[in-house]
Amino acid sequence: MSGLPGFLIDDRLHFPSCPSQGGQRFLVEMAAPLTLLLVLAVTIRAALFRSSLAELIAERVEVVSPITAWKRVVEGLALLDLGVSPYSGDVFHELADVITAVALYMAVKDYNKQVFRKQKFALEADRYPLDCLELIRSPKEMYYIPLKVAMFYLLNPFTILSCVAKSTCGLNNAVVALFIFSTIKGNTLLSAIFLCLATYQSIYPLTLCAPAMLYLMQRQYIPVNFRRASFWWFIAQYLFMYLGSLFVLICLSFFLLGSWDYMPSVYGFILSVPDLTPNIGLFWYFFAEMFEHFRLFFLCVFQINVFFYTIPLSVKLKEHPVFLIFMQLAVISIFKSYPTVGDIALYMAFLPVWSHLYRFLRNTFLVSCVLLACSTLFPVLWHLWIYAGSANSNFYYAITLLFNVAQILLVSDYFYAFLRREHHLTYGLYLKRKDGSEATLVLK
Amino acid sequence: MAAHRCCFPVWLFILCSFSLFIIAGSQETTVAPEQHASVLDNPQTAAETAEQTAGESGGVEERRWEGTEVRDAAAQKQAEPAVLQPTPQPKDDFQEELVVRPLHSGDIYASFQFRTLWETDFMRGNKVSHYRLFPKSLGQVISKFSVRELHISFTQGYWRTMQWGQPYLPSPPGAELWVWFQDSVTDVDATWKELTNVLSGIFCASLNFIDSTNTVQPSASFKPLGIGNVTDHRFLRYATLPREIVCTENLTPWKKLLPCGSKAGLAVLLKSEKLFHSSFHSQAVHIRPVCQDWQCKTTSWELRQTLNVVFDLHNSGQGKREWSLFKMFSRTLTEACPLASSSKIYIDITDNPEGEQFELSPATSLLSQAMVLGDRRTFSVYDLTQQDTFGSVRSLNLLIRWKSTEGDMLRPLLHAERYVAGYGLQTGEIHTLMYNHHPYRSFPVLLLDSVPWYLRLYIHTLTVTSKGKDNKPSYIHYQPSKDRVRPHLLEMLVQLPPNSVTEVTVQFERALLKWTEYTPDPNHGFYVGSSVISSLVPSTVAMDTNSTRERPLFSSFFPCKEESSYFVRVYTEPLLVNLPTPDFSMPYNVICLTCTVVAVGYGSLYNLLTRSFQIEEPSPGLAKRIANVIRKMRGVPPL
Repeated sequence: MSGLPGFLIDDRLHFPSCPSQGGQRFLVEMAAPLTLLLVLAVTIRAALFRSSLAELIAERVEVVSPITAWKRVVEGLALLDLGVSPYSGDVFHELADVITAVALYMAVKDYNKQVFRKQKFALEADRYPLDCLELIRSPKEMYYIPLKVAMFYLLNPFTILSCVAKSTCGLNNAVVALFIFSTIKGNTLLSAIFLCLATYQSIYPLTLCAPAMLYLMQRQYIPVNFRRASFWWFIAQYLFMYLGSLFVLICLSFFLLGSWDYMPSVYGFILSVPDLTPNIGLFWYFFAEMFEHFRLFFLCVFQINVFFYTIPLSVKLKEHPVFLIFMQLAVISIFKSYPTVGDIALYMAFLPVWSHLYRFLRNTFLVSCVLLACSTLFPVLWHLWIYAGSANSNFYYAITLLFNVAQILLVSDYFYAFLRREHHLTYGLYLKRKDGSEATLVLK
Repeated sequence: MAAHRCCFPVWLFILCSFSLFIIAGSQETTVAPEQHASVLDNPQTAAETAEQTAGESGGVEERRWEGTEVRDAAAQKQAEPAVLQPTPQPKDDFQEELVVRPLHSGDIYASFQFRTLWETDFMRGNKVSHYRLFPKSLGQVISKFSVRELHISFTQGYWRTMQWGQPYLPSPPGAELWVWFQDSVTDVDATWKELTNVLSGIFCASLNFIDSTNTVQPSASFKPLGIGNVTDHRFLRYATLPREIVCTENLTPWKKLLPCGSKAGLAVLLKSEKLFHSSFHSQAVHIRPVCQDWQCKTTSWELRQTLNVVFDLHNSGQGKREWSLFKMFSRTLTEACPLASSSKIYIDITDNPEGEQFELSPATSLLSQAMVLGDRRTFSVYDLTQQDTFGSVRSLNLLIRWKSTEGDMLRPLLHAERYVAGYGLQTGEIHTLMYNHHPYRSFPVLLLDSVPWYLRLYIHTLTVTSKGKDNKPSYIHYQPSKDRVRPHLLEMLVQLPPNSVTEVTVQFERALLKWTEYTPDPNHGFYVGSSVISSLVPSTVAMDTNSTRERPLFSSFFPCKEESSYFVRVYTEPLLVNLPTPDFSMPYNVICLTCTVVAVGYGSLYNLLTRSFQIEEPSPGLAKRIANVIRKMRGVPPL
């Protein structure tokens, strides 16, 4: 203990973990940059909305998918009442982005406090090996993480594009961010309600159920043990709230619409992928080229793929539910049926939270190059295919493949780095072989 | 013994054949006089009716004027039920006629109409089994599928309204089918499906491609043309196949429905090698119930077979503007169909009252006047049932020799065109232009658009403008599409201001289809059926207030009802729209590559989930390992 630097013990000077003392100062210190950031982000969006680019962006298939296109929302409204002047929704979309950013900001701030507190307890209990000092996170580097998260979300070109295109993806992201916020704040009911809202919009956030329950249990000191009654009681409670609010929502929409038609036309649309409009995902070209006999089989395989990783990941990451949330969001945004860049922006906003993993990342350069190259090639190859006619669908398809491989590499790299750091925190950073030479870690 | 055994069957056989012979003979004797009588009767009765109507309508006219029935009955039936002249004792009746209209472009428009009337009831419990003039195949279709009205047309080419004026019977390019079912039909969709398949067999056409994705139920545009006041559009089905190509194989079954086939009468002229060497060809079958008499006590079924051709003789005639029946059809007429009660040829000579535009030979003294499409037209009539029509050579070869090339046509009052705007394969805009050429009257039109689901219409982008101003439709019926299930249906009632162009635009998005859903030539594009514009257009006669025509003064002050407006249906061009296509040669590659990417995701996560970190112990070299195995066998401690 004596060898530890002072800042790790006396955190209050630097890191306001206690709201009673640090809160006031913190608000003053942090609110200014956050407000600046918000103003900047809103300004960029407002400028783009007024520019001629807005319409161009709204047509981009990378940015909007059939289920998130604002054009379709307006169409729906117009159908509801032929002759209704379509609601112009730019303010509405900026608001959604701001809510997402603020919710993520607050959530990450709260999470960081807990991480820090946990780390302090572990240090005090001497649980970390001595040579792991380098891995211990300092409040100084954690201080700007919430702001960075908000910045990563608000200034991410993907988010800006998706907001300017008025994609409803921004709304989905806001609901998911509120869900994360309420989960991290430990509010079980709100967490269940927001999760249910997110599930209601698109089915996939269903898998976030597992990390939410794990996190809330951790917070309420309920051990994750199948033999404990308290464990089952909590799961029953959460599921009851979740399913109950889902039931209320579904009934509400039934009474509003007067029929069950919306169920197949919304969820059937997501699950059976009838609309093969190109997007950045893996589904469209695969199912455009699929043999009719095997369509159902591959549809099942691809859809199960999204939900498939939930249980093994929850088992592996049961101590780290927030990282599990990040992994789940990434898996959803890669393997969902109609992905857009807005979905990617949501899990990318979490990257600063894992900034301490940078030293273990293996292919940052490759992944960032591929992601950047693909992002620029998307519009180019789209133009060549659709407008110039000098390329065909394979060109665009190749880029979607590459883009998804890059995303998979990114996510698995972060997963690897996270596991590796945990391993080092248990076994020490500089591992030695039996003969005393420097050892290399391998997965076996 | 064997001979005795054979004897009995032989006797039985002789007895049987004898009885059959007797039955057949008796049938022959019963049928023959009736046929004979009808053939003899009909000319007389037709002449009688002609005289009667002439007496009614043309009292003031000269004696050589002959009254005719309203030719555009099909059009006028839209507003009021059909009223037909009384027919004599035999319950069926057949009429044939050919109208020839020289067009101002130098082309010739020939329109054949064959009408079979039959006073019977297909819907009763007792089955109709004895057919005389009415084709049995269609009669069975009517009774089996409880059809109330059936309209089917096959068209090759597009009718150029601005050059040729209005056709007598409009039809869109490709195949069009619309059917009103009896309200006793419970499952209309299944009946419709079955009916299209049966009709596909009867007419040798690809009507079996009509399914729910190109069938609509228009709410206002297609009203029943026959009697009956059921207007519940649940019993209506309308479908077009704009891609359908019409050729000889469709003409042959169509000709077989005629009582005389192509053996006698006007149908002799229907030689496919000439008919399909034309700018426009359209053949149609219309079945509807009509009133037997004008009090409508009994109803009968009317089968109207029509065939419209526009010959481009200007090009093929080596610069000489003249045409004859022989030149057009490579046949001349020698007789009327013996089964027909009337058989006539009408030549439109309205623009040529003094013979200054063209010369018609042989000349005829018989003239007739009729209101056609809101205009009073004059026709030279050749009655084929009269022997002196054929002259001394016993064959009729009508000849028109043009004298002057210029001539102006009255512009059609209603005209429409349509095109797709935009570039690229992502979005587009359908523009429909409707022209009202009337100088001072505005009139409402019903626009019907049926757009396939793979062009996703955005109804909120619908704009209707005329004269630069927003023209809000007073009625809109819009049914959004469902992917792979049903098309978009857009119907609206728009008021066209006088002398204006009204533009209707709506944006759409092009869908990427499954590779099996593309046609064999996907880069040719996909057809979108014609828009249908139905309207009651103010008559040109009513427009013409200082008429120089010979009309009594007392008849021309107030425009009378049937002349004030007339029904017109205008079809626009079908659209040809390109869709983005996948690469059709790649299904295996795509399946392999996408699965590889999914496997990369699965593999890397699986790796991290199931394995744990361990310190790598360098494995000893091969030589060392072999040495160790040997040492182990020797019982010596390893290296």
